[in-house]
Order: sequence, then structure tokens, then C-alpha cells
Amino acid sequence: MKKKLFALMMTLVMVAGLTACGGGKEESPAPGNAEQPSAPSAEGAVFKLGTIGPLTGDAAIYGQAVANGAKIAVDEINASDSAVKFELQSEDDINDGETSINAYNNLMDWGMQVMVGPTTTGPSVAVAAQAGSDRTFMLTPSASSADVTAGKDNVFQVCFTDPNQGVSSADYMAENMADAKIAVIYRNDDSYSQGIRDTFVAEAGAKGLDVVYEGTFTNDTATDFSVQLTAAQAAGANTVFMPIYYQPASVILTQAAAMNYAPTFFGVDGMDGILTLEGFDTSLAEGLMLLTPFSATLEENKSFVEAYEAQFGVTPNQFAADAYDGVYIMKAALEAAGCTSDMSSTDICEALVPVMPTLTYSGLTGKDMTWSVNGEVSKAPTAFVIKDGLYVTP
Amino acid sequence: MEFLSYLISGISLGSVYAIIALGYTMVYGIAKMLNFAHGDVIMVGGYISFCAVSYLGLPGWLALILAMAVCTVLGIVIEGLAYKPLRSAPSLAVLITAIGVSYFLQNTALLIWKAAPKVYPSLIPATNAQGEVNALQLFHGQLSISYISLLTMASCVVIMIALTLFTGKTKMGKAMRACSEDKGAAQLMGINVNATISTTFAIGSALAAVAGVLLCSSYPTLQPTTGSMPGIKAFTAAVFGGIGSIPGAFLGGLLLGIIEALAKAYISTNLANTIVFAVLIIVLLVKPAGLLGKYVPEKV
Repeated sequence: MKKKLFALMMTLVMVAGLTACGGGKEESPAPGNAEQPSAPSAEGAVFKLGTIGPLTGDAAIYGQAVANGAKIAVDEINASDSAVKFELQSEDDINDGETSINAYNNLMDWGMQVMVGPTTTGPSVAVAAQAGSDRTFMLTPSASSADVTAGKDNVFQVCFTDPNQGVSSADYMAENMADAKIAVIYRNDDSYSQGIRDTFVAEAGAKGLDVVYEGTFTNDTATDFSVQLTAAQAAGANTVFMPIYYQPASVILTQAAAMNYAPTFFGVDGMDGILTLEGFDTSLAEGLMLLTPFSATLEENKSFVEAYEAQFGVTPNQFAADAYDGVYIMKAALEAAGCTSDMSSTDICEALVPVMPTLTYSGLTGKDMTWSVNGEVSKAPTAFVIKDGLYVTP
Repeated sequence: MEFLSYLISGISLGSVYAIIALGYTMVYGIAKMLNFAHGDVIMVGGYISFCAVSYLGLPGWLALILAMAVCTVLGIVIEGLAYKPLRSAPSLAVLITAIGVSYFLQNTALLIWKAAPKVYPSLIPATNAQGEVNALQLFHGQLSISYISLLTMASCVVIMIALTLFTGKTKMGKAMRACSEDKGAAQLMGINVNATISTTFAIGSALAAVAGVLLCSSYPTLQPTTGSMPGIKAFTAAVFGGIGSIPGAFLGGLLLGIIEALAKAYISTNLANTIVFAVLIIVLLVKPAGLLGKYVPEKV
């Protein structure tokens, strides 16, 4: 019996050894060729572009959207007659700071010259510190915290900052729904949600809005909101502000309907995607208001949405659009700075930093986007209300 | 009135915890192992019934039966492939294997169904075709209890009674109790220990499928990690009530749900989980075997 086991073990070890060798041989001649379709086809200045995001794990939906959105942009650019072309590599960081640094180092070993990433706030803060000291140009598509760009001149954002969204929401309510009694339900273990809530409550106080209830939840308690909703109803709230992602929001809408509680629900950019959530009864979202820079249902975004759906089988969310814009912004910046593909990542970084604040770009997630010296984007969010399953302006 | 409404939310949540905890406690009581993959079997049950309803267009009850069948087979396969070879291994090895199985199931679900959360079509939708709320209205509509909550509570009680009768009265139940007390002696008495443990896993996994359908019906989000937090909470509930004890799992689950809901409502939504676990620690300090558990001194 023992001999048999030993023989089996040895066989396994040898087979494992063989496959390891085979793998190594395949890899050596063409490093980073996994992204075959995204490799540039025509002659031109080819820059090595890296994206980082959670491709697996809890937050995989965001990282996959960023990788996919960037791929569509890169494919489009490479198929066009543009002088700037890209070679794309996407790395997984499972939404973890340390893994994200490793992913960044992998990309640097591969020879990355410019980076569109990371996707989420926590890893972005970690990687921004590293990229800041390495002098690698970093443009995060979707990490919205002000901490990401703070103190680094070579880190820029495509998406809104959290403070910006909280202030805009409070201003909008003060202007259009002045007699609202507001309940806030936010996720307090998430810097995105917490950040928007903080600035919203501060601005609401300054504008004289009436916040009657605040309820929190965490990632672990994001399935049951009956207690928070009962409390909000008891406090007499007629508006519920939800600075959260659409998935817990869909649960809130469902449970509120079950309780016969029908206030005006108000969301921010994380709410985009609720209409395409598989299995969600969109009639529950009727009358939902949201401030968002991107909507997959708008006519002008149709070609991107169709290309994305054809390639990946799902409707793109705001993260995909941010990454798509991020690649085009990078292209515009590289062209404006006159970079060539034989420059090192440090030289490119030094060339791009002074160019970014002079750039104006219109894309899927905003018209006439401009950047401040400290890396924040300025663009106007649009208010939408959902009517008959479509976004319309109120 | 709000108090009653919070209490009902708590009982409804607690009933789901209780059903999951029953599965944990069955397996622990008989096989003396913590099956950390239990929460993920719940998730698989949820996805199977989701696919049955959304893609095959089956009615809810048929989807439930299909989910139970698939999970039963899954439970037996997991037990046979992952746990049976470790029957005489140290319990730590089995525990780590269980965690491995849990990750395996989560990541397989991620590959098959992708990360995007799905909205689960409830067994009983929140509103009916006329737009009326599917709920029992009491005190002139001041208190409303949704039918799905009532169904969850009723299922929980029925399952608890059925399991108690099963382990107490049937031949297989007696075999299970014998294995739980002394595997070696049970084998000498002519009980097929392996078959008994497999049956336990089959029952536990079928319960997980029921829990998955009820959990997702009340809290309609389905993603590959859906089962993990309820799984941990239910494990807590099982320990709270006395792991290995069937009425204990029921009581522990209900209490955990109620404490969680009331703590959220009256103390702080931030501290709800902290309070739940603080109560657990206090109970375990006073009664180390849990509320209804038997304290068995170990001879060294």
C-alpha cells in the first residue's frame, strides 16, 4: 500500500515537473503575449499600457469592467490610423493593497510605460505612493477618494472625487427638493460611501436641509435593510439618499416595496447599473433619482455599449466607461506631450505631468473634462430620473 | 408598533440562520467536523434555483426541489472526495480541507456565474400583479409581515421538528446518534459508519438548499459570496445554542437574529455585529457548551 502510494506521488511529481517545464518553454519567446488581440497590428509608436484591478474576488465586477473597457479602447486605437498605439496588459489585485503593489511591480517588470489603474480606492492609495516615488504616470479610472491624488503630482483621476459628489447631491436637493426630510443609508466600511456621506451631510447642514435619520451597513450586513427602512419611515423621511453601489440599493428598493414605504430614492454614480441588474424588477426603480456621469442607455454612448455587449455579453457600467475614457485620455496626453515609445516610464511621466492640466477631453463620462494640478478632474454630473425603465432628465 | 416590526425582522432573519445552523449542527454532531463549506452549498442552492426559475422557467417549488437534489448530490460528492479520505486524519486537517472546499465552491461559482450579483426572483414576490403588497397586515396596516417571512418561520419550525423526530425515532437516526457517541463502537455493532456520515451530509446539504432559496427570497441578492457571511453567523448561532444540539441550533439562530435586529434598531447599526458576538462571548463564558449543549468532560 505504502509503495503504491509512493509510486503515485512520484508520478504526480514528475507530471507536475513536466508541465512546469512545458509552461516555461511556451512563455519564454513571447512574454506578455496573452493579450494577443490587443497587440498592435500596424507600425507606429507602441506604448506599453498596464491596468490593475480586482479580476477575481468580491469586487471582480469593477476590475473586470476596467480591464474590458480598456481593451475595447486599445483595440479601437490599434485598429485606427493613430500614431500612438498601445500594448495592453491587465493584472489582478483582488482589491487588496499589497497584491496591487505586486501587480504594479509585475507590470513594471513587463516594461509598462503608462498605467490606467488601479480600479478601487484602497489599492490605488497604495500604488499611488509607489508610483509617486518611482515616477510612473498613473491615471486611475475609478478610484474616487481624494487620498489617491493627495501629495502626488503624477497621479490623476478620470472619475469624480467623493467630496464632489456629496456636495453636488446636497446642492441639487437644496435647489429642487427644499422641503425634503432626508434619511441617509450608507456603507460605513467603504471609503467611497463614507466619503460621499460626510461631504453630503456637511453641505446639507450648510444649505439648511433636514437630515432626519442616518443608517449604516457594512459589506457583511448588506442583505437586510428592513431595520434601517423601518427606522427611516418612523422618522418621517420622504427622501432616502443612498451614496452606495446599485447592488445593495436594489435590495433596499425591494424591501421598501415589501414594506409599502415609497419615499423618493436618490443615488449617486454607483447607482448606475441598477436597470441592467439581472433579475431586478425595474418597476421598483421607477422614480429613482441619480447623479451620474455615465449612462448606458444614452444615445450618444450607443456604439461603445454595443461593442462592449458584443464582446463581453454584459452591459458596461461606469467603471468600463471610465477605463475606456482613461485610455483615450492617455492617448491624447501622449500625443500632446509628443512622447515616443522608446522613452522610459520616468521620462514619459515627466513629460505628461505638465501636459495634463492643459488638456480638455470629452468622452463617455463627461464633456470638457479638465484636470487640476493636484490630479482631480472637473466635470459636471447630470441628474437623471428613471421613468419607464429609462434615464430621463427631470 | 415599531418594536414589533423590528422583532419580526429579527425572527425572520433568525429563522434563516436557524435553518443553516441546523445543517451545521447535524454534521458537527455526527461527523465531529466543522463543515465550513456549508455556507457555500447554500450559495450553490441559490444559484441552481435561480437558473431553474430564470432560464428554464420552472415554478418556484420545482426549482426548490431541483436545488435540493443538486445540493444533496454535491454534499455526498464533497464528502466522498474531500472528507472521507481524511476520516482518521487529525481534525485540523479536515478543518483546513473544509476551508479549501469553501474557496473551491466560491471560485467555481465565480467562473460559472461571474461576479456580477443577480437579483433573485423571490418564491413569493414582494408585491402581487395588482401592485398590492404580499404581506399579512395587522393593526390596520401598521404592522405588516411579508408572506415570505411567514413561510421562512414556518419552514424553520417544521424542519426543526422533522429533524428531531428523525434522529430520535428512525433507524438511520439512531445510527447517527450512535456514530456521534462512538464511531468505533458503532462500527462493531454493525453500523455502516461511512454510509451514515454520507447520509448526514446529504441531509445537511438538502437543508442548505432550502436555506439558500429562503435566504435569497427574503434578501434578494445572489453572488458567489452570498453564503459566506450567513454561514459564519449560522455557525455562531449553532455554537451559541450548543453545537450538536438540534433545538439548540434553532434557539441560537432565532436569538441571534433578534439580537441583531434590535441592536441595529436601538443601539447602533454600526455596532450590531459587535453586540451579537459580544453576547456570544458572554454566553460561552457562563455556559461553555452553549445554551442547550451538553457539557462532556474529556478524560485525559
